[in-house]
Amino acid sequence: MTTTAEHGRPVDPDVGRHLLHEMLRIRRFEERCVELYSATKIRGFLHLYVGEEAVAVGVCAALEADDAVVATYREHGHALARGVPAGSILAEMYGKLEGCCRGRGGSMHLFDASRRFYGGNAIVGGGLPIAVGLALADRMQGRPRVTVCFFGEGAVAEGEFHESMNLAALWRLPVLFCCENNLYAMGTALARSESQLDLCVKAASYGMPAWPVDGMDVLAVEDAARRAALAARAGGGPVFLELRTYRFRAHSMFDPELYRDKAEVERWKQRDPIEALAARLSSEGALDDAARAELERACEQEVAEAVAFAEAGTLEPVSELTRFVTSERSPA
Amino acid sequence: MSEVRELTYRDALREAISEALTRDPRVFLMGEDVGAYGGCYAVSRGLLAEFGPERIRDTPLSESAFVGAGIGAALGGMRPIVEIMTVNFSLLALDQIVNNAATLLHMSGGQLAIPLVIRMTTGAGRQLAAQHSHSLEGWFAHVPGLRIVAPATLEDARGMLWTALEDPDPVLIFEHNQLYNLRGTLAADAGPVDLDRAAVRRAGRDVSLVCYGGMLPKTLAAAEQLAAEGVEAEVIDLRTLRPLDAETVLRSVARTRRAVIVDEGWRSGSLSAEVVARIQEEIFFELEAPVARVCSAEVPMPYARHLEQAALPQVEGILEAARRTVGARA
Repeated sequence: MTTTAEHGRPVDPDVGRHLLHEMLRIRRFEERCVELYSATKIRGFLHLYVGEEAVAVGVCAALEADDAVVATYREHGHALARGVPAGSILAEMYGKLEGCCRGRGGSMHLFDASRRFYGGNAIVGGGLPIAVGLALADRMQGRPRVTVCFFGEGAVAEGEFHESMNLAALWRLPVLFCCENNLYAMGTALARSESQLDLCVKAASYGMPAWPVDGMDVLAVEDAARRAALAARAGGGPVFLELRTYRFRAHSMFDPELYRDKAEVERWKQRDPIEALAARLSSEGALDDAARAELERACEQEVAEAVAFAEAGTLEPVSELTRFVTSERSPA
Repeated sequence: MSEVRELTYRDALREAISEALTRDPRVFLMGEDVGAYGGCYAVSRGLLAEFGPERIRDTPLSESAFVGAGIGAALGGMRPIVEIMTVNFSLLALDQIVNNAATLLHMSGGQLAIPLVIRMTTGAGRQLAAQHSHSLEGWFAHVPGLRIVAPATLEDARGMLWTALEDPDPVLIFEHNQLYNLRGTLAADAGPVDLDRAAVRRAGRDVSLVCYGGMLPKTLAAAEQLAAEGVEAEVIDLRTLRPLDAETVLRSVARTRRAVIVDEGWRSGSLSAEVVARIQEEIFFELEAPVARVCSAEVPMPYARHLEQAALPQVEGILEAARRTVGARA
């Protein structure tokens, strides 16, 4: 059974509006990214999170400031939800010096050490072992922190998934394995690539709690993540969350979507996590048209400022090309 | 004058690990069978009893996960020493080493340094055939962002680890399996050594023999024999394969005007090829003879002893190459 938030109880209006705002920020940011991609301001691969916002927002809402996050190459949403400034993300996608990685990472490799945001990993499954190690370091140093590791359901087919699940469970490390199951690994449907479709069964086989969660319901995600973080922080070992979600847009900007039919996409769009939460808040009297418009205005302004910041950014001199291959040591 | 004692290369490595664990509470050792078993090559024997299972950490057979966990732990403020049983197994962790350890600092614009040390056994000579015997350190030396070192002496076995742990970036230490039983003397107060410079292990004027790791004993033996023939060979131990200390090599070759590169890797696309290229790029007109190479035969390492030995660089092959080089006139 999928975990859902208690629908009997009204949502705290402030919490609800905050979650809505966070999801809207991501949606509006990425919609602008599409335009900027078409205008060739952004190059390389661009993977949009549109439709999946409830996952990053719900999980990140359950974290403390010094918890760590390891994400995927579809990570604009996670970065924004973790507080990485939109301007520094967009400047990164512009390849500018003012970007969060000085233009060396781009859309798929956003990092912000000050926020313990460890990417931005473009090798499917490659972030899981790193998350295990971050959690190991916390455990060995006696810090009550958790490490969240986001990955898609495609990663479940990778050996690194199984190795990491086993290691984290064996050593009872505080990792939240957040599997964003959007049903397609690029264009390969889960049913065409997995012998076992119930991902929680796989995770549970490693002896860790594994919960399916409605990833289109930000309140359900937040609730599950909070309970999982609490358990992991208390020394209960890792928890696996299967966040059932859907990508509304193409895999990347080069995807004609030959592998799924439009009716399926339309069905999922009916469950848009932003509109679902907005409708619920409206019905509970926590959101009126003016409040919604205010949120939209705030997002529009944030995105406009991010664009201005990226546009005004500078290019790192080519003379600095080979910096950061190894650490720069101050002279002894 | 400091006291001198006798020990093996293996003992020197163990001392270095033990000292690091004692000096820095952030240091821990992790890998397959490093604890209860005592290490596949007995390097870590006894350390579990001394330091306990938190710091001498046996892992499952999950090279990618425990190497990646080493990266994560390094990012989290620890100073992990990860042991990979042999270089062939490191291929199961290639994703973490090449895609993450070597790249995160650069991709993050300088934010994420990874002070990780990975030790592994390399090389042939124990009749373990083609899945335990290769010399792939040259591959790793291809990758920017990694420091690659190969201790060939007791001093380096004892001293490279601490310096590697002090490096803010990933360091891979390649220990040749034929060196573990190497016995010799070491100063009682032997300590950290630099990881930047190649070393002249034997001075000579007629030809430069350039080698590293497990090839040093054979190359020194060849040099002794050459001396008996009236040829004084200079033996350079590269020590660090990346970044390569080309300066020391070039200085020697510019003087001897002749060079032979000895490398247990396969010839094609090898580290030896890189050394030859550097020499010809920089001091082509100083050379009296074409630079020669002695490498492993281009074959997966066979099991049978006579075939394995035939595949490997041997003293005789080094001698032939050196004689040819010395005999040649430009």
